[in-house]
Amino acid sequence: MIDYWPLLGIALVVVGFALRFNPLLVVAVAGIVTGLLGHMTFLKVLATLGHGFNENRYVTIIWIILPVVGLLERYGLQERARTLIGGIRGATTGRLLIVYLAIRQILSALGLTTVAGHPQTVRPLVAPMAVAAAEKQHGKLDEDTDQRVKAMSAATDNVGLFFGEDIFLAIASILLIQGSLASFGIQLTPFQLSVWAIPSAICAFLIHSTRLLLLDRSLGRRK
Amino acid sequence: MITLHWLYVLAGAVFAGFALGSARDETNPKRWGNTAFWGLLAGSFWFGDFLGDIGNGMLVLVLVATAGLHLIGCGTKESTTHAERERFSARHGNKLFLPALIIPFTAFVGTLLFNYTPLKGLNLIDPKAVTLVLLGCGVIIALIESYAWLRAPALAAVDEGSRLMNGVGWAAVLPQMLASLGVIFAAAGVGTTIGAIVGAIIPSGSVFLAVLLYALGMVVFTMIMGNAFAAFPVMVAAIGVPILIHGDGGNPAVIGAVGMLSGFCGTLMTPMAANFNIVPAALLELRNQYGVIRAQVATALPLLIANILILFIAGFHL
Repeated sequence: MIDYWPLLGIALVVVGFALRFNPLLVVAVAGIVTGLLGHMTFLKVLATLGHGFNENRYVTIIWIILPVVGLLERYGLQERARTLIGGIRGATTGRLLIVYLAIRQILSALGLTTVAGHPQTVRPLVAPMAVAAAEKQHGKLDEDTDQRVKAMSAATDNVGLFFGEDIFLAIASILLIQGSLASFGIQLTPFQLSVWAIPSAICAFLIHSTRLLLLDRSLGRRK
Repeated sequence: MITLHWLYVLAGAVFAGFALGSARDETNPKRWGNTAFWGLLAGSFWFGDFLGDIGNGMLVLVLVATAGLHLIGCGTKESTTHAERERFSARHGNKLFLPALIIPFTAFVGTLLFNYTPLKGLNLIDPKAVTLVLLGCGVIIALIESYAWLRAPALAAVDEGSRLMNGVGWAAVLPQMLASLGVIFAAAGVGTTIGAIVGAIIPSGSVFLAVLLYALGMVVFTMIMGNAFAAFPVMVAAIGVPILIHGDGGNPAVIGAVGMLSGFCGTLMTPMAANFNIVPAALLELRNQYGVIRAQVATALPLLIANILILFIAGFHL
């Protein structure tokens, strides 16, 4: 007999996120409820939560980059990024982001996943450049368009990372695939697996680039 | 050997700096809440290993309460005005990019040095911590370079860092909280339950339907758990190996690799993958916290179809 009760925790997360309660609160409540329904005592749940939090501190380390980014913004980094793009003839939001997508995919495929990212490159460089290029095409942006261009900059970083990194042999997900299949007696080398990440990577580039060119067209139209 | 603990000491110091910077910002009506929030995180980085599991659990509850009761906010303090920034930007020119590029450059050169030169054998850095250690080195070098060159006021990095950090707010710890939730989910047996449910609705006879269920299962389960890593072993055990590989004779390399990538399409569409989807929305000051996800759905869905076709064609017909 399968015990379905712990799944209630998932439902709590979905409902909590949909109703836009504070996500930290939603996650903590869902965790505690799931644990209790999974026949753990409250103290055991608390200990599991604390242990998990402590073991995963490395996830939060990335923020140590903010003092550098903030300091450079104080001295005009975003303004400089805009000036640079403003001076390049033929620069459009779509073309700029396509170039960034390609660079991000290639660097990730070489295993250099932390070279770029939202705090490292998107906030200080890519998003201001994309907005500046959009202003060149479109004139002053209304707030919706400004938000759309910024969101697309972040989206481009994610697509580039996700659909580049698996081409690299020693990335965690490839090792996980290898390990999972090995536990069923299916032996594969990382190379055999990473080769099959290439067709999806090409599809990702084509699909997302098409959307970026469409974004360019809609930016040009509303001038 | 440099281990993750060195970085935790550094990160604790930076978060203590965020606490200090928040306390200094009088334009933020909730500044003491922010000070407590970042102070607790600094404490977690410095003393987490001495608090014990229950102690850490209590720390998490206080942290969550601070955010959940809306005790943290955001100031309006502007360090330099827009006009000043334009002036600085004109004066310093493109050299301003230099410190920003030091961090990726350090990561790039460091990764090459520690993977492809004799440095690898010296065991200077714990192999599990290499990328993060390089990030930390890059940050320190970039800070020193910026201070030496820009002659900024002593506390400028603290104030500017906290300005950005308070803009992100509670979203900064959401990825870590979700990782802890994953630990509880695993302990409560959520993965096995979902695997059993999926295993019970497998269609028989049609390879295409089985492929479809495998890929969609990866997407849905990834959206629930927030990352494809948790979903993959479950789906492989429920459908991938018994049905697709053993039953229908599919190519295991394709089933494995493209199955994972189908899950990544789910990662693009879920708030549970907070560090990719929610955090950047906060970092870019988007009004809609789901703005990045909205921008990604139209890429994720066609890409999912492409992945299903690759699974079906390359997995069974090549």
